[in-house]
Amino acid sequence: MSATLPPPRLLPSGDSAITVEFSRNIDDAANQRVLALDRVIARQPIAGVTETVPTYRSLLVHYDPLRIGFDALSEQLVALAKLPVPPVTTARRWRIPVVYGGEHGIDLEDVARTLNITPDKIVARHVAGDYRVAMIGFTPGWSYLSGLDSQLHMPRRQNPRLLTPAGTISIGGVQTGVQCLAGPSGWHLLGRTPVRTYQLHREPTFLLEPGDAVTFSAVDAKTFADQNRAAEAGEIVAEMIAA
Amino acid sequence: MTKLVISAIGPASSVQDGGRHGAQRYGLTPSGAMDRLALAAANVLVGNSPLAAVIEIGPFGAAFTARDGAVRVALAGASRNADISGGTVAFNTSMTIPDGETLTLGFARRGSFSYLAIEGGIAGEPMFGSLAVNARAGLGSPYPRPLQAGDELQTPAASGGPERRLELPAPTDAPIRVLLGPQDDEFDDAAKQAFLDSEWRISATSDRMGYRLEGPAIKHLHGHNIVSDGTVDGSIQVPGNGAPIVLMPDRGTSGGYPKIATVISADLGRFAQTAAGTPFRFKAVSMAEAQAEFRKSAELLRTLPDRLRPIENFDLNIEALQDANVAGAAVSAVDAGTWSP
Repeated sequence: MSATLPPPRLLPSGDSAITVEFSRNIDDAANQRVLALDRVIARQPIAGVTETVPTYRSLLVHYDPLRIGFDALSEQLVALAKLPVPPVTTARRWRIPVVYGGEHGIDLEDVARTLNITPDKIVARHVAGDYRVAMIGFTPGWSYLSGLDSQLHMPRRQNPRLLTPAGTISIGGVQTGVQCLAGPSGWHLLGRTPVRTYQLHREPTFLLEPGDAVTFSAVDAKTFADQNRAAEAGEIVAEMIAA
Repeated sequence: MTKLVISAIGPASSVQDGGRHGAQRYGLTPSGAMDRLALAAANVLVGNSPLAAVIEIGPFGAAFTARDGAVRVALAGASRNADISGGTVAFNTSMTIPDGETLTLGFARRGSFSYLAIEGGIAGEPMFGSLAVNARAGLGSPYPRPLQAGDELQTPAASGGPERRLELPAPTDAPIRVLLGPQDDEFDDAAKQAFLDSEWRISATSDRMGYRLEGPAIKHLHGHNIVSDGTVDGSIQVPGNGAPIVLMPDRGTSGGYPKIATVISADLGRFAQTAAGTPFRFKAVSMAEAQAEFRKSAELLRTLPDRLRPIENFDLNIEALQDANVAGAAVSAVDAGTWSP
């Protein structure tokens, strides 16, 4: 198997970071190689590597050029990327409550019209999904999930919104996402979760890790409001259903 | 306890340090000073560790008053008119603000960001090892937001140590050096030439997240959407309208536009200090040159204390006079009405 893995492209991101690119596209196999390389480096640290940032298709490796040069690090990364990708052993699985539609998910009706499916079926398909955290990025805790039902794929909005609420659950392209902080977004808003994927002064500050498995459960507005208060007080609210 | 009171301050001014590293995998950007050399220079002048927290002051004026004791400080970075209760003071020197007196700063003259280090540092609660303000993430201490008039920073009382100046290498207007990539293959040769051969200006809509560039539109080979990947300080991404954006310390940790090139680490601070509207050019260099320059910058930072000199009255007066002569239109820092851009 491993002999057939194409080598990644090593792209310089300035003088102190290398992008290890496994694919140009959103591709689960590439994402698994990204996460596998990330884990290998976490287990066997490379002297001079200061930080790694997994994304859908590449691993950004920050390093200190005083301790290791571009060529030496590239060589090590290529060698590590050749290792067979271990079978997916998701350490953790989370169930995240979501209140769908209405004021909490203002695009649900539009998405239903565009995809020609009833809003209830959109929710049913979204809840039925078995997702994986492919990457966390953009703003703290913004978790990009792979595994969206292909019937729910749709292009991003022409005009991104400048402000979308904290806790937004949305879809965009082939992805779904859990957004933590209020901020801009071009995705379609299906609902909101009380779960904070990032919360200061809480242990852990960041709830999700790249590679974690995620499922959603539909809750009503009252449950959302109650859990939102609990979450604000520092409760995790998300349920860990496997560890 | 002694404190430094922010009597007046413009926008884009905040507590910054060497930044918080290690949580980019969770979407948390490092933040930190826009100009690390100036950060270190200000700190070294008052005996702090080079990347300790300081006040980063945006292009507009500011005023700081010592309360319940004298406060020893140092100024570095973008030069401005500066005085303590009417007596002119110089950049790249330490100085002591007597109890009840005020250090007043005008607009930035050359560059954008000035750094005010306080002897003994700024008291605060580090978050992920840093006091740096990241307003979007609600991080930063003692205030998780840009500074405002009326804010107070707790400081140790001034040590009364002799004031010093720092001899820094002469500033340069050389092109900003870049390494092509990581997505330079999303652009054809003509687009890359246009990027490297054109004169650029920084747009006034720039901020600590990114500097927008004004110049020719840079065309993509395959459209402007790529699958999001990781960013670094100095990533130069080209969105759909072809106007490049250089990502700065408050950047998003990932981005979905092709990145044509990356500013080399050694030139990031100088680039950050390029004022809006000032023409400049880029120049492509090799990895070997970029990393050699990285080592030189690190060596300069490490040896800054060797460049400290005692202040003789003569030195101070010359610098003060030069500052005063270049002044041109002096603007009162405490006149908030003049701050609106």
